Amino acid sequence: MGKDRRFRIAHSEALIGVVLALINFLWWYGFAYGLGNKSPDEYSYILGFPAWFFWSCIIGFIVMVILVIVVVKFLLTDVPLDDEGREEQSE
Amino acid sequence: MNWDVLVPLVLFLVIIFLIGIWSNKKLSQSKSFLADYFVGSRELGGLVLAMTMVATYGSASSFLGGPGAAYSIGLGWVLLAMTQVATGYFVLLILGKKFAIVTRRYKAVTLTDFLKERYQSSTVVILAAFSIIIFLFSAMAAQWIGGAYLIESITGLSYTSALFIFAIAVLVYVVIGGFRAVSVTDTLQGIVMFFGTLLLLIGVIIAGGGLDQIFTDLTNENPNLVTPYGNDGNLSALYVSSFWILVGVGVIGLPQVAVRAMSYRDSRSMHRALIIGTIVVGFIMLNMHLIGVFARPVLPGIEVADQVIPLIALEVLPGWLAGLVLAAPLAAIMSTVDSLLLLVSSSVVKDVYVNYIKPEATRKNVQNVSFSVTAIIGIIVFLLAIEPPEFIIFLNLFAFGGLEAAFIWPVVLGLYWQDGNKYGAIASMITGIGSYIGIHFYNEAYGNLLGVHTVTLPVFLSLFAFVLFSMAFRKKSQVA
Repeated sequence: MGKDRRFRIAHSEALIGVVLALINFLWWYGFAYGLGNKSPDEYSYILGFPAWFFWSCIIGFIVMVILVIVVVKFLLTDVPLDDEGREEQSE
Repeated sequence: MNWDVLVPLVLFLVIIFLIGIWSNKKLSQSKSFLADYFVGSRELGGLVLAMTMVATYGSASSFLGGPGAAYSIGLGWVLLAMTQVATGYFVLLILGKKFAIVTRRYKAVTLTDFLKERYQSSTVVILAAFSIIIFLFSAMAAQWIGGAYLIESITGLSYTSALFIFAIAVLVYVVIGGFRAVSVTDTLQGIVMFFGTLLLLIGVIIAGGGLDQIFTDLTNENPNLVTPYGNDGNLSALYVSSFWILVGVGVIGLPQVAVRAMSYRDSRSMHRALIIGTIVVGFIMLNMHLIGVFARPVLPGIEVADQVIPLIALEVLPGWLAGLVLAAPLAAIMSTVDSLLLLVSSSVVKDVYVNYIKPEATRKNVQNVSFSVTAIIGIIVFLLAIEPPEFIIFLNLFAFGGLEAAFIWPVVLGLYWQDGNKYGAIASMITGIGSYIGIHFYNEAYGNLLGVHTVTLPVFLSLFAFVLFSMAFRKKSQVA
């Protein structure tokens, strides 16, 4: 079962998922605790939100959406999911 | 009785019933009853797949409890809730195409089917079916209680009548429609939540006098409310980060999520679902929880956290719009209950009845058993929810974390590690559930062990058990 070409694709796509989650975590953590770790009266505000929240949660979310779109458009491969479709796929 | 709020709510329920009837028609035309009733013949498109995933993560706890917690804890809780953005892409990418291909090959329609074929062990099947039935049954009962409270607070009916209305709606619906009906209405509910939370957020910001005014009010009341550390400064970075496991990456282990990852039509649907799912889950979580925080200066002094959303909606929106917006949490609860009910009954019917009691059952027979089991479980849950017994609430506390600790490695390593075997799976499930329950009691008594959420350590321990036992019994399984 390990020979299936589709599984090699699936394995690399799973790795992409792990990488995305790592980027997501670092961005989220970095901005939240990097900018948020001071007294609230020293906070700067962007578009009405405290800067740590704006960068971590709002921009972080938008960045992840863009990354997911890029991954889907450029890195994921269409494969048939049923075993019958296998013959059509040649390397 | 608040008619302008009620009319849109009732209309919404009627539309949902119509969808159920429509799917029932499709069901009678399909070839395999089990595949259609429990996974919708594996033909979900991108939008439906994304929405049904999102609606399944959301539950009474995230749609009523979450904003309630944000109301008392502040922006730190919104930060915590945003860990859920990861579920939008992570589950589908990790389980991904391999899970879809393998479950098709196995003809699996439940998570247990997959485990059964992968590990070829009845101990694994029994353990899996048992944990699903026990944990999800309890999780479901708690959702019913939440749904009934919501109807009670909108209509002013007594708790029992509200529960009765809720139960009838859910039961009729699940029994007639099956998985396709649930996933199609999840889509409708997801769309309502998407726009509903946006409208409500805008309403709250206007009522609070704009963002600047709201943040000034919050800072004046308690500066901690606008920090990542929570109202009393006790929300540590480590603790918040450990929610990445509970509500972010760990949801792969939830059977109700995994079953969706085997039900899509083709890889294109999955690709679309990745994008839509990430956008929708992030948007809804951000809006819902911000509403909770911003509600604080507008309506100070709300004591029951679950009432924040209904109260603020009735306060800042015109009646008919409030009804439409409140359809969102009701929808979320209903769809969670629907899918849990379906899952518990599929576990009883597929995993226990067809596997061990009557393997030669005919289609008609399985169909009747499925309907009756679903109905009977619904009725038992209803009876339990009238006077919720202590142990149900208690079990629900760790239902999701327990399931994650039990299933995450048997599923993920079952897919990606060829040497993983039944000894590893059994050890991992027992270690996961056992240590989860143990640490739960420890944390209740002494505070969080190592400062992280209960689910964190069991997830690592069960990984360790899986690998250790798979390696130790490697020879034996190759011989057998």
